[in-house]
Amino acid sequence: MSLEKPRPSTTDHVGVTEQGLDYEALADLLGDLVVGRESHINAEGFVVRPERVAEALGRLKQQAGFDHCSCVTAQEYDDRFESIYHLKKYADPTQEVSVVVPTSRDDPRSQSGNSVFRTADWHEREAYDLMGITYDEHPDLRRILLPETWQGHPLRMDYDQEQPQVVTFREHANPLKEDHREDDADTMFVNVGPHHPATHGVLHLKTVLDGETVADVDPDIGYLHRCEEQMCQQSTYRHQIMPYPDRWDYISAGILNEWAYARAAEDLAGLEVPEYAQVIRTMSAEMCRIAAHLLALGTFALDVYGDFTAIFMYSTRDREVVQNLLEDLTGQRLMFNYLRLGGVAWDLPEPREEYFEKVRDFLDDLPAKLEEYHDLVTGNEIFQLRCVNTGVLEPDVAKSYGATGPVARGSGIDYDLRRDDPYGYYPELDWDVVTEDGCDNYSRVLVRMKEIEESAKIIGQCVDLLEEWPEEEREIQSNVPRTLKPDNDTEVYRAVEAAKGELGIYMRSDGTDTPARFKIRSPCFSNLQTLPEMSTGEYIPDLIASLGSLDIVLGEVDR
Amino acid sequence: MSSDKQLQTTQEARMGEGVDDRFNSKLREAFGSSPFILTKFDKFMNWVRGSSMFMLQFGIACCSIEMMHTYAVKHDLDRFGAGVPRASPRQADVIIVPGTIVSKFAPRMKRVYDQMPEPKFVVGMGSCTISGGPFHEGYNVIKGAEEVIPVDIHVPGCPPRPEALVYGVAKLQERIANGETSPVTVKPYELEQFGDLEGDELVRHLADEIDEEDLVMRYNWAESR
Repeated sequence: MSLEKPRPSTTDHVGVTEQGLDYEALADLLGDLVVGRESHINAEGFVVRPERVAEALGRLKQQAGFDHCSCVTAQEYDDRFESIYHLKKYADPTQEVSVVVPTSRDDPRSQSGNSVFRTADWHEREAYDLMGITYDEHPDLRRILLPETWQGHPLRMDYDQEQPQVVTFREHANPLKEDHREDDADTMFVNVGPHHPATHGVLHLKTVLDGETVADVDPDIGYLHRCEEQMCQQSTYRHQIMPYPDRWDYISAGILNEWAYARAAEDLAGLEVPEYAQVIRTMSAEMCRIAAHLLALGTFALDVYGDFTAIFMYSTRDREVVQNLLEDLTGQRLMFNYLRLGGVAWDLPEPREEYFEKVRDFLDDLPAKLEEYHDLVTGNEIFQLRCVNTGVLEPDVAKSYGATGPVARGSGIDYDLRRDDPYGYYPELDWDVVTEDGCDNYSRVLVRMKEIEESAKIIGQCVDLLEEWPEEEREIQSNVPRTLKPDNDTEVYRAVEAAKGELGIYMRSDGTDTPARFKIRSPCFSNLQTLPEMSTGEYIPDLIASLGSLDIVLGEVDR
Repeated sequence: MSSDKQLQTTQEARMGEGVDDRFNSKLREAFGSSPFILTKFDKFMNWVRGSSMFMLQFGIACCSIEMMHTYAVKHDLDRFGAGVPRASPRQADVIIVPGTIVSKFAPRMKRVYDQMPEPKFVVGMGSCTISGGPFHEGYNVIKGAEEVIPVDIHVPGCPPRPEALVYGVAKLQERIANGETSPVTVKPYELEQFGDLEGDELVRHLADEIDEEDLVMRYNWAESR
């Protein structure tokens, strides 16, 4: 079966044993850097003094092989602030460790992890913005999501939401102007966005051009920061949080996002999911992935060809088919709200045979349609000239930025949580993880198109299973208490493979029916960070193509 | 001279014999022989505006996905004379606001709206443009598009289906044909120069960071719930 994969060996790393991670060996490795231990559901946490963060992260990365800084969570307790670095391995994401950095309440200040993991740059800026923790030695510590003139840090407990705010609307200066010695500078500053057809939403790229070459690009985000974490922190676990994940990655990828929350919350509260519900989840999630990848393909063609006619319309046509299937199942075209903790909302629509037939029709039509796309897009010489060897992202760079999903797999990184950190019904099914070694825009598009085929394979097997399922064993939800109150001070970080990559949720419970901290690790946020690496020194049309091939969705970048 | 001839109208008399060739266009045929269309110029212009609306290509959040589906195959908004999205606000006369507006984006949206030529119309799409929708309680979320720009038609839903948006646009056309304008129900946030703001504690605090001439938008969250 495809899941018995050749994995690169991690056994020469410290702490790796046959039985899993040996945290004592890791503690020995860190030695006197560790001042305490914590136990999270997903991993052990080492408490580290704030001035020695980089050293601890460096040792874990160099000697224990934790090369993936998945997320940085900042949170507030009554007596301290805390940053948590969630580390994983690209080779085996089930090997996890948390580095917990407590700081004082009066002067929350700790060392930046940016020198070890470049992805920490944006994550720490976000922590500074929303929680007000200062990171020493950070290269560029300023607000990232909120306007620069914002007062206060909104996720702090003492933040007054009623206070007035002043937001500026001013021109941006050319950041490279100072670097020009002679007066007749040849660089030009261009704002791409926040309202621009090529930015896929409200993204603002501060771009400096030297002729047609991009000399500098700085993504400016936060134009869609709609307080998703605050919303989840004030909603109850059982029902109120579930609608929000639909709105993070809103390109029809709702069920994939819901699964991220469901998985984390089910682990937090210790809930079981019936097998039948897992199959339905797997099937509907893969439908969402197809819809999301089709839109990525259509808008990418829109960016590269600038044509609103053929490919975009074709992909919309096929999305309509998937959306109809999902609507039959969930009752909604876009915001499904279909998963429940411990299962799904309801069973498949009746008559079941009719529904299976519709799904099979869709799957039967898909190969011909994909052939059509390959003719129009990937087989097209103009397209290849635009995309092959542009926007190159080397695997090492991608890893240091925490890139995941099709972006990582297009750079040859064999990392897919559906296989590597199994959940749902994926381990029982026959499918393959798609990787391409090109590292360029073309590879990323190709990965998405091949993933559509793999998703179709998964859906087909799920339909077979569901059709055969005995009627008396169709349990759609396990027995879940009406009000969920997970134990006080339980912490969990869990991720699933969403359409764009690793979508993780960190939750800490405080004994009530709402989470004390709800942190979203968005794949797009990390993926977007690689844009300057891909496009500096390239032509401006390649910048647009690279941005399109990253397939970001701003609702998830800004949350 | 027979009595028949006397009963002829002047027009008939001047027509002469043979095929009536004055109706050389469909329009003429429709309006009869008179070369004039009797209508008010205003009414004519309203009809024109409603029948050929140029939409602004303006995507914000989730609703923009449904908006794209409305433009694309199957729903095809072009059937209603409101089809091709324009990338530049200078060429557009209708803006669909499809999503949540947050503090950082509102000044930009105001500027885009200001750049559109008069007369211009606004369709607010989705619950977020009505009240902030599911994000109403967010610290960063503007409680509806009307806090920034006047809105002609609200299409509720989270997100509204493409059919609902088509209905909203059709309703807008109806209103335009009737010459109605949007009521301004709240005083919207304005873009103003920082120097013109009232010098309260916050403004004094920010005085070092912001130039007098810089445009700013001031949010009084306590007043907009």
